[in-house]
Amino acid sequence: MAPLLDIQDLHTEIRLRRATVHAIDGVNLQVAPGECLGIVGESGSGKTMTALSIMRLLPSGGHITAGQIHVDGTDIAALSEEKMDQVRGNLIGMIFQDPLTSLNPTWTIGDQIAESVRLHRGASKEQALKRAVEVLGLVGMPRPAERVGNYPHQLSGGMRQRVMIAMALACEPKLLIADEPTTALDVTIQKQILELIDSLRHKLGMAVILVTHDLGVIAGRADRVAVMYAGRIVETTTTERLFENPRHPYTEALFEALPEKAADEAAGIKRLYNIPGQPPDLTVPPPGCKFAPRCRYAQAKCKETEPSLTEGGASHEFRCFFPVGNVEEVKDPGAPYASVPPQQPEAAGGNGARATDAPLLRVDHLVKNFTVTSGAVLQRKVGQVSAVADVSFTIPKGSTFGLVGESGCGKTTIGRLIVGLEKPSAGSIVLGGKDLADMSSRERRRNSRMVQLMFQDSYASMDPRMRVATILREPMVIQHVGSRSEQQKRIAAMLDEVGLPAAAAERYPHEFSGGQRQRLGLARALMLRPSMIVADEPVSALDVSIQAQILNLMRDLQREHSLTYLFISHDLSVVRYMSSAIGVMYLGKLVEVGPASDVYFRPVHPYTRGLIDTVPVADPSLERAKEHQGVRGELPSAVAPPSGCRFRTRCPYAQDLCAAQEPPLRPFTTGGHLAACHFPLRQPDADVEREVATGTEQTA
Amino acid sequence: MTATTPTATPEARAPGALPASKPRSMFARGLEVFLENKLALVGVTILVLIAGFCFIGPLVYHTDQTHVNLANENLPPGPGHPLGTDQNGYDVLGRLMVAGQISLEVGLAAAIIATAVGTVWGAISGYFGGVTDAVMMRLVDAMLAIPTLFLALVIVSMFPPTEIEIILVIALTSWLTTSRLIRGEALSLRVRDYVQAMRVMGGGSGRAVFRHIAPNAVGTIIVNATFQVADAILLVVALSYLGLGIRPPQTDWGGMLNQGLNAVYDGYWWQIFPAGIAIILVVVAINFIGDALRDAFEVRLQRR
Repeated sequence: MAPLLDIQDLHTEIRLRRATVHAIDGVNLQVAPGECLGIVGESGSGKTMTALSIMRLLPSGGHITAGQIHVDGTDIAALSEEKMDQVRGNLIGMIFQDPLTSLNPTWTIGDQIAESVRLHRGASKEQALKRAVEVLGLVGMPRPAERVGNYPHQLSGGMRQRVMIAMALACEPKLLIADEPTTALDVTIQKQILELIDSLRHKLGMAVILVTHDLGVIAGRADRVAVMYAGRIVETTTTERLFENPRHPYTEALFEALPEKAADEAAGIKRLYNIPGQPPDLTVPPPGCKFAPRCRYAQAKCKETEPSLTEGGASHEFRCFFPVGNVEEVKDPGAPYASVPPQQPEAAGGNGARATDAPLLRVDHLVKNFTVTSGAVLQRKVGQVSAVADVSFTIPKGSTFGLVGESGCGKTTIGRLIVGLEKPSAGSIVLGGKDLADMSSRERRRNSRMVQLMFQDSYASMDPRMRVATILREPMVIQHVGSRSEQQKRIAAMLDEVGLPAAAAERYPHEFSGGQRQRLGLARALMLRPSMIVADEPVSALDVSIQAQILNLMRDLQREHSLTYLFISHDLSVVRYMSSAIGVMYLGKLVEVGPASDVYFRPVHPYTRGLIDTVPVADPSLERAKEHQGVRGELPSAVAPPSGCRFRTRCPYAQDLCAAQEPPLRPFTTGGHLAACHFPLRQPDADVEREVATGTEQTA
Repeated sequence: MTATTPTATPEARAPGALPASKPRSMFARGLEVFLENKLALVGVTILVLIAGFCFIGPLVYHTDQTHVNLANENLPPGPGHPLGTDQNGYDVLGRLMVAGQISLEVGLAAAIIATAVGTVWGAISGYFGGVTDAVMMRLVDAMLAIPTLFLALVIVSMFPPTEIEIILVIALTSWLTTSRLIRGEALSLRVRDYVQAMRVMGGGSGRAVFRHIAPNAVGTIIVNATFQVADAILLVVALSYLGLGIRPPQTDWGGMLNQGLNAVYDGYWWQIFPAGIAIILVVVAINFIGDALRDAFEVRLQRR
């Protein structure tokens, strides 16, 4: 079959003030009708630029310098701008990452969908609106006829992305380009959207290009995968083959950097492989293989000449002189890669072995309500957001407690309460034997030495006008620690410890890459030698390879300084990798808590089970097997949380009892595995029953 | 990096190269952008020339600007008086210099005071928010409700206007807009992660306002200050024009304009144009500089 999309030797450049970025350098791609091609790579690899080149929606200064893009037989790279208008939205549809900024807030969604129909089909207003209702129904929008009159702000993130898809589909394009369609969404919503794209592809018979950084997303959805690095395709083959037998060292390294591959029940926790260094600067691409400077197998030849795409059998192409893996051998996906160096398994949860039982942090019946007010002066109380509702847990010294949940579940609020950025409405937080509520504000400030916060976006957390030295000195200045020369010494020592050169002290935050900034964030958090660090989504904004670097660093530092972490993340596999204990939160409630592997492999609460199922895993067979599971629907409002069990509105097992009565947290094992559910997935262990029967108090 | 031996720690410590360029200070980066702006250079040149003219000029070009000499009144430009004389017999060129001193001094001083007061007021109001903000901002609203010129006129007619007096009056009426502007800035800056981070370290409100919020609003502050200078010069011109400005024998450009306009039907153009052109040049030059400064402050934080 002739390919629907055929890209030949595409080159795209972006001119900057002083340099030219060679964003895409000789890309060849084919997509057959009805096929789903996944393009995967780190940020800056050129995957989005490829998508934008096809649509010719390049950023200012960007233009295609060479190559052809054949869609359905016509070379659209040679078309005039006016003709391209007919291609965009008509022949090719596109979905963007952020559904909020991609929708016009002043138009109803119906009008926005109808617009493209009227433009391309010349339909009348009524016809176009009718079509809008039709496509909205197609993308699974409930009550589409009513919803066409809604404005984007009236819809949730998941619904907005459905609207975006509806817009892209309104003219029945033959090719749909989805550029990170789910990155801005919660995992539970992500799964729904991916399933929708998948089912629409089959229903409408269109081809899909799925651009993502997430190998898990690719695994379950794509037929074929192209791995991009530094503006080139370094490996392309069918999804199964790629995951079973990656040939390019970069692909292999990407897999090894995934936390879910490093943590399994039997083997304990392995150290993540991290790709050293950073992607090359594309304004002056290095000669030879672009990956050579970061490749562990690179030889002299790699740095001089660039390998071309070689055929490795069964339409498996890769760009490497010394490919890893075997030509025809298909490995058992579960087996570790031959090239992985044998490593000492680390104890679960960092230095779980050294963790003592004495709790460093005890959170007891913690409640936080945010009052919703209206009126500028009188501030009438109109409602209450129940952000954290009666949460209790303890963290032993030197261990890592992972807190997971969808956005809006209250996990960040708990972090802010612990570091003292918010005051609890009720309940207590006891840190190192002292209750935060009893402290005067002066004591509270002194207490800052004990617990520090690590931000998701380290860049935003550093004053852009300060040099790194000033930023790192600030905590010591505030707490009056040491003389100036002592502070200098500490800064140098800390920079060294997080793996940054001493010269970094003279730089400004914007001069660093994302991973380096996260190192700086960690360095600053450690300046006061705290005993606990609250890490709020510390790796969510990072690429897989950089994520591995930071996670390894966090573990190293934990071991060296016997740190205690509260690790907050929406990504269950990362939390599972880092933590010795996991707490699962849903709408302000802790629904399940227990030892990490116990919670991950033997979940009790239906929500935990659903979360585990919705997280995409980088394994095609596993990912395809778990169709139609996971958490349905969307998070209800925290202003009026559901009665009884808050999860009941999305729970497949919910019964009348769940609405009437709130389930208490009760023990399921003697190891401290607790869950709050009337109809748990498994019954408590026998010895727990006995303990309860004899009236032994089970401590959390 | 050939065949890296996979030991545990060294690869985790792989630092990643820093950007190759030499570290340049914020100032250097901002200056570079500023200097790329041609209009800004024109503005700076004009301002330097006029300042030199006003402050160094009288040292070279000596004239009597205190004693009225009616014998020389309303002389047209000619030898001895390059720009003629006014109705009191003062040499216009010499008067332009001393009047300029007052105009520039008043404009600059008033703008600095107004900016300082407005910044502190606005930053405190924005940072604390809530009731503090409501009270502080209602006060500003109340004062904004009174027309600036009216307020200035009332105060000036109550107290004899000296230079200091005029500076204070102008500052009193012009800090209001600055404070509103900075309050808005502070509202968005106080929820930034780096202010939160500082609070987690145990830092207090003072540090937040003076070390983080005010410095990060500095772009807005300085740009606004330049426009304040222009506004202040115009306001003192307006006051003088209404006859309530600097008392004779001292004068400023507005005063000269006022006097010159009395003679507009007599065709004494040399009594109007020099002061008028000087005012326009200074205001335009300052606005050019303000625009360029805004660009410089915006751009210098970006990776270039």
